[in-house]
Amino acid sequence: MGYTLNFAAVWRSFDDLLLGLGLSLVLAFGAILMGAVIGLGVAFALMAKNRLVKRPAAIYVSIIRNTPILVLVLFTYFALPQLGVRLGKIESFVFTLAVYSGAYLAEVFRSGLLSIPPGLREAGLAIGLTETQIRTSIIAPLMFRNILPSLSSTIISLFKDTSLAAAIAVPELTFETRKINVETFRVIETWMVASCLYVFTCSTLAALMRALERRLALPR
Amino acid sequence: MSENLLEIRGLHKSYGNVEVLKGVDCTMKQGDVVSIIGSSGSGKTTMLRCINMLEEFQGGSISIDGEEIGYEMAGAQRRRKREKEIARQRALTGMAFQQFNLFPHMSAVGNVMLGLVKVKKMEKDAARTVSEKWLDRVGLLSRADHFPGQLSGGQQQRVAIARAIAMNPRLMLFDEVTSALDPELVNEVLQVIKSLAQDGMSMLLVTHEMRFAYEVSNRVIFMNQGLIGEEGNPRDMFHKPKSERLAEFLKTSSFA
Amino acid sequence: MDMAHFLDVLWLARWPILKGIGVTLSISFLAICCGTVLGVFVGLALTYSKAPLRWIVRGYTDFIRGTPVLVLVLASYYVLGTVGLDLGPFQAGILALAVFCSSHVGEIVRGALQAIPKGQTEAAKAIGLTFPQTFAYVLGPQALRQVVPAWVNTAAEMVKASTLLSIIGVAELLLRTQELISRTFMSLEFYFFAGFLYFIINYAIERLGRYVERKIMVPS
Repeated sequence: MGYTLNFAAVWRSFDDLLLGLGLSLVLAFGAILMGAVIGLGVAFALMAKNRLVKRPAAIYVSIIRNTPILVLVLFTYFALPQLGVRLGKIESFVFTLAVYSGAYLAEVFRSGLLSIPPGLREAGLAIGLTETQIRTSIIAPLMFRNILPSLSSTIISLFKDTSLAAAIAVPELTFETRKINVETFRVIETWMVASCLYVFTCSTLAALMRALERRLALPR
Repeated sequence: MSENLLEIRGLHKSYGNVEVLKGVDCTMKQGDVVSIIGSSGSGKTTMLRCINMLEEFQGGSISIDGEEIGYEMAGAQRRRKREKEIARQRALTGMAFQQFNLFPHMSAVGNVMLGLVKVKKMEKDAARTVSEKWLDRVGLLSRADHFPGQLSGGQQQRVAIARAIAMNPRLMLFDEVTSALDPELVNEVLQVIKSLAQDGMSMLLVTHEMRFAYEVSNRVIFMNQGLIGEEGNPRDMFHKPKSERLAEFLKTSSFA
Repeated sequence: MDMAHFLDVLWLARWPILKGIGVTLSISFLAICCGTVLGVFVGLALTYSKAPLRWIVRGYTDFIRGTPVLVLVLASYYVLGTVGLDLGPFQAGILALAVFCSSHVGEIVRGALQAIPKGQTEAAKAIGLTFPQTFAYVLGPQALRQVVPAWVNTAAEMVKASTLLSIIGVAELLLRTQELISRTFMSLEFYFFAGFLYFIINYAIERLGRYVERKIMVPS
């Protein structure tokens, strides 16, 4: 097929790829931080007894989980301005990904909360702790440990989802890759390097989360 | 102001339509060791949990040292006290649970210290000293820095008892503390309770260990279908039961 | 926003939209079928094959799972053309989705097979079954019950991922929607409508999955 690999052109633009990767990470972490706040609130709402609180939360989770994220991204960026909500590309994308991740994180938090035996709350009550003290000293640290494995996979898949920002021309890794591809025509090399960057970042994130898990593991 | 440590009057409790406690009256004096026996579903654990406000109750009153627990009257309206107030009242009683309920992310000494630091607002160093004293008392000072996952069931339960006692409660509540333990671990826990009783600790125990109830308590309460069926000193209760129900219950239980 | 006007426009646009739905469903269906067949082999190789083959397959799944689907789609589209395999965007897109699907199905199958207690294989050996018999009568049916819920989830993921093919110009539902928007400027209405259609499709898949799950549950 007469195609010889030549990475020189890609290396010349490697800085752009790294900047793109940096922006991808920023998008992911911005979204996760906001998404965690949404997710925690929704998780409590999902477990509420009051139907007026529970139903809306369940509907939100169901809608987000069953709608393609690309549609959500385009909707926020192109359709919301019609309603007067005009956001910049990056803000718009981070906002969408936060709302999107909120639904997934809510499920993560909810199962984390459910896995804590109710007796621990009672033991806290019995020594005179208030509900707030129980939440901060007992429930939160235990839930955080419980959810680390599923939190890790949610973070990684959100990081991968940042590639969709390319669809609204946010200059993150996928967008930069496509640009270099079009400019240099070193098609195979460009996509190879880009995928390797994604794979490398994902495995680094996974390793970091595993290290955190080991650090926080309870002796037994 | 009454001289009774614990005073329960007409305690009513239902779950939906099921009435679990149908008007229980019971008093305890300082230093009393009272065992509650009875078949499962008779309401004995529920009664214990009401004293610690782990269960709401719909009628009657519970007082400790004359102070009414959990509810207050606002005009003719009976309402639950504020959470802060209830938290303070809960600390008047200590509770040990069937499932130990140690906080798995804290060491043994950390478990005992938590209430001292957060509720009693003690300095960490002072709390640690007190905690170690109580761990020593239950024979586990050498395990102070072990986590619950590294302790046997019997050891976990002894830490849980130390955690409750360290709060210096007026009354200790023991809810079937040996039921979840392997038979060979039961004794070490019972020994700890017995020695606390000998030191004059007031306690109320729900237990299935009839021999232990007989030996340790100065009064036994037999609960039957949400009411107190019979009460008295252990000798009379176990050897000369007055009611048919109690005689029947003793026959099917392990007391020989 | 004028509802009657929108309904008029929608009625005029019914054929492109229906065609878009058809393309979306065929993409998803083909990708799920190919991906599942490939994925079952991947799963078997991950569980039962010997060292060199297992490493290769492990590398394949890790690489695919570490790369965003959009990158797979773009890479498949651009790279295949360069190496002389002249597939259209439709085929290139399905290939990317099938590869993505196979890595997920592979992990699901591996997880299900490894979750079966060792005693099952030993018990089967003890009554004299060969390995193929053990697999056919003991391991396979047990694994299947574990696989189905996760597999249905993956199927819904594929429908959502099919939207990414709009970026390489496959005229599926989302691209049809964007074309309509560029003619009518009714972005709010049409993105909302597209999201609604995707929701219906995925919700139906989710319901179907729950139904099947109940049907095949082992009574206990």
